[in-house]
Amino acid sequence: MKNLIKIAFRNLFRNKRRTILTSSLITFGVVLVIVFGGLAISFKSQMVGILTNTAMGDLQIHHNGYVESIDNLPLNLTLSGTELEKVEKILSDIPEVASYSPRIKIGAMISNYAQTSNIRMSAVYPKMENRTVPEFAKRIKGNIPNPDEFLKQGEILVPENLMKGLSLKIGDEIVLVATNKDGSVNAITLRIAAMTENVFGPSGKDGYMHIEDAQFLLRQDQPEIVEIAIHLQRYDQLNKVYSQLKQSSISKDSKFEVHTWEQLSPFASIARIVDLLIIVVKFILISIVLVSILNIMTMSVYERISEIGTIAAIGTSPRRILSLFLIEGSAMGLLSTVAGIIIGLGILWIMNISKIDFTFGSMDLSLAPSIPASEVLVVAVIVMIVSLFAGLQPAYKASKMEPVDALGHN
Amino acid sequence: MSLIRLENVRKIYQTGEVTVQALKGINLDIQKKSFVSFIGPSGSGKSTLLNLIGCLDKPTEGKVFVNNVEVGLFNRAESAAFRGKNLGFVFQNFNLIPVLTVYENVEYPLLMLDHLPLKERNDRVLRLLEKVGMTDQKKKYPNQISGGQKQRVAVARALVTNPQLVLADEPTANLDHATAFKVINIMQEMTNEFGTTFIFSTHDPKIVGEAEIIYTLEDGAIVNSEIKKEKK
Repeated sequence: MKNLIKIAFRNLFRNKRRTILTSSLITFGVVLVIVFGGLAISFKSQMVGILTNTAMGDLQIHHNGYVESIDNLPLNLTLSGTELEKVEKILSDIPEVASYSPRIKIGAMISNYAQTSNIRMSAVYPKMENRTVPEFAKRIKGNIPNPDEFLKQGEILVPENLMKGLSLKIGDEIVLVATNKDGSVNAITLRIAAMTENVFGPSGKDGYMHIEDAQFLLRQDQPEIVEIAIHLQRYDQLNKVYSQLKQSSISKDSKFEVHTWEQLSPFASIARIVDLLIIVVKFILISIVLVSILNIMTMSVYERISEIGTIAAIGTSPRRILSLFLIEGSAMGLLSTVAGIIIGLGILWIMNISKIDFTFGSMDLSLAPSIPASEVLVVAVIVMIVSLFAGLQPAYKASKMEPVDALGHN
Repeated sequence: MSLIRLENVRKIYQTGEVTVQALKGINLDIQKKSFVSFIGPSGSGKSTLLNLIGCLDKPTEGKVFVNNVEVGLFNRAESAAFRGKNLGFVFQNFNLIPVLTVYENVEYPLLMLDHLPLKERNDRVLRLLEKVGMTDQKKKYPNQISGGQKQRVAVARALVTNPQLVLADEPTANLDHATAFKVINIMQEMTNEFGTTFIFSTHDPKIVGEAEIIYTLEDGAIVNSEIKKEKK
């Protein structure tokens, strides 16, 4: 085998220019996958990070039917105090759950006494909310000395576009008007503590208030929680915890429903498109490798027919001839992959140093592209398997040649 | 003692609608340690006969025995193994492997044999390179040596596995006269020293004179056999 490898490698460099050209093409494909993969994975994780860490959390629990309800922000599908305790007990038993934040979501009207607009309010416990969406505080514009207390009772955070639209400034008073689940209309006066950038874009009108103010506004004796956002220790635990919650009594007694952020956010489809693009680029790589290796190995077999006859005549078995050409194809794949991985990782390293900042929608992204080792391994394995596969037909043809015919070929 | 025996061997080639009878009922018996030549015009069947004896091709009819083994019954892998162990080949165009050095070319057939220790391999290759006078060229590649040198390397390669039989199809056709004689003389010396049977085909009447036994072929049949030289 050692000698076959030696001969295979030397054969590769018989026609240096051709080998280098073909290898460059495969190397380019590997670089493309690694750089694109690095950028795409970084873009996706940044985007997902912003969504889950500033607004949604990784998972959300609602009363059954809430997500598919025909009403916007229904107030009759809530968790009672006992139910909330039950959910809290289950969540505290899951070590992967880092924190959670109960929320009341309200559709309300906001007025500056002269003009009125609609607003979607999230009523939260500031400390729990800050632990569950730890990046949210960064999107607050105003003087917030302690992110755990970004909101006090009697205060409201108003989205930037409404601040402009209603000519409001920090410190102003506004009136919030809402209808509770029984149909009674109530109002509360709140002071603007700060304004928020909206992660969902300029049309979003999401404000924040203290949960106890919401209780007052909605005339609730106990807070009637609509949503529990959950933050995990690590993002890669998402599917595991999701399955765990789906199998727990939370789902079994059919009063609650669990969703991942992907099931709730339209941005999940962008993440899926990114995944799809990575697959497309991998297919391009497979095509490049397949065509390149098949082409060069076919040429190699046709150029060396007489030599194949010679080695067959002097005792080389058909199996060894097959191995020789397979090794040649694989060796080219291997060399090109190694070169591609080194160049690709080098480019990602340079990109990492120079940081790429850009805005996607209203998200400010700073790409620091990197690619997981497993992804690099997948690329290497793909190229090696395709190289082997592409070399199979020419190698088989070589091994099937009759020595007498091959020797007579000029 | 008989090394090669052919019994009523026929070889027919079919090319499209054209049928060519390359060999027409050849019967032949060649003893061990012989230095034999096949002569005849182009198309007389010399190469076909060598190919059948060398297990590179199969007869259409009849039987070919090499060392009392009917080689026509082998499959491709068995033929390759038999050739590797029992036969050596010298070709008109030398057919050295261009990516291997002189040393590696001679060593190559030994690598196809299983379990030959490195030291023995090394000894055999160096001994043969010395015999053919190519020791000082052992690190060169085929494109760095002359035609005569290439054929000497080819002879060493053919003998390195200690085969009982070496087949050479027009081994001197691409060499000048003096070099051709040198190559034939080396082959003769090897026959005497190792007891190898050499069978070569040629057009060259001067070279033919060096053979001990000469078979003349015409139109696929042996028309004459002649013992020219007594064994030295």
